[in-house]
Amino acid sequence: MNHLLRGHAPISDSVWKELDEEATERLTPALAARKLVDFSGPHGWEYSATNLGRVSALASPPCAGVTGLQRRVLPLVEARADFALSRAEIRDSDRGAEDADWEPLDKAAHQIAVSENIAVFHGWTGAIEGITEATPHDKIPLGKDTAGYPAAVADAVERLLSAGVTGPYGLALGREQYRLVAETGENGGYPLLDHLRKILDGPLVWAPGVKGAVVVSLRGGDFLFESGQDLSIGYDSHDADVVRLYLEQSFTFHVATPEAAVALTV
Amino acid sequence: MGFDQYHEPPEELPAATRTFARLCASLTEEAEAIGWYEQRLAVEKDPEALAVMRDAQGEEFKHFAMDLEFLMRRTPVWREIAQGILFKTGDIVEHGEEAESEALEGNGGGSDGAYQDGSLGIGSLRGAM
Repeated sequence: MNHLLRGHAPISDSVWKELDEEATERLTPALAARKLVDFSGPHGWEYSATNLGRVSALASPPCAGVTGLQRRVLPLVEARADFALSRAEIRDSDRGAEDADWEPLDKAAHQIAVSENIAVFHGWTGAIEGITEATPHDKIPLGKDTAGYPAAVADAVERLLSAGVTGPYGLALGREQYRLVAETGENGGYPLLDHLRKILDGPLVWAPGVKGAVVVSLRGGDFLFESGQDLSIGYDSHDADVVRLYLEQSFTFHVATPEAAVALTV
Repeated sequence: MGFDQYHEPPEELPAATRTFARLCASLTEEAEAIGWYEQRLAVEKDPEALAVMRDAQGEEFKHFAMDLEFLMRRTPVWREIAQGILFKTGDIVEHGEEAESEALEGNGGGSDGAYQDGSLGIGSLRGAM
């Protein structure tokens, strides 16, 4: 048994399997960053930091005649979303109930996916610099009317090309912006989704947690998501009524080419 | 150009599966090329030609390894089984049986989790739109 302590939970193997499948189903559509940036790992729970290959000078060496440098690393963060499941629901699931209420798990899955998207695209104060924080490009206003979306996205692509950043490109869209794009047909009924896809030569991704939208290059090598322990369900405690579990992962994110993305704001 | 790397109608396959199939086809081609160079090297007498072909075979080794790494990054259970077999001394078949058992039977779900590290095995979602 590892640090997740799953073996201590009063949960049968078949329900664990169901919980894992439910979590995966809920997480996969919402994990937008993993659809657009490079992924490395998982490197394991013990993995603590990414090597940046950089050093800082140390001011006061232990004795004269010696200089000192300190390696700089990017420490991983641990993100955790707690939830509790009813033991009555767990027992019903063991009896074969196919409509067990796993809503607390669904909510936790959504929260941790949103936190990952926010950390990658907008940063995590004191821990991770996000793509929109790092990019040197001015933000491009999307506007409230979707009629301006193709011009804004084309402007972003042109800025990337001018900076020598080749495509294909991907577009992460916040919830409202994705909804607007998905429901809009342009003059003659041509879906806006397809028009934007043609401009980008790449995918549009539903990205809950993203404010506005972000155009990123998909050529590779510009953005690195480094996973320690990939998303996992662990056991915390239980009593007569509930089992307290959590979704957890350790990761960090590094922007290698800040100019390889453009933020679009509302 | 043929499209016979697909066993199912390509239009019915998700983009991620089409990419996976392309890389599987590429892996096969690299393995074939390695085998062909091995045969050519075994019969060639000209030292200069041998040097050229040894260099070319080295390229195929690299291509094969890159294809394999890509496919295993997209398939955590494949990676897990491979980790139990590759770069180890000892009985290959024994390692294979153990790795398969640990990846697919012992940890096929339940309290141990779907993957060896207890995670959900989601990993990269590039290509899965």
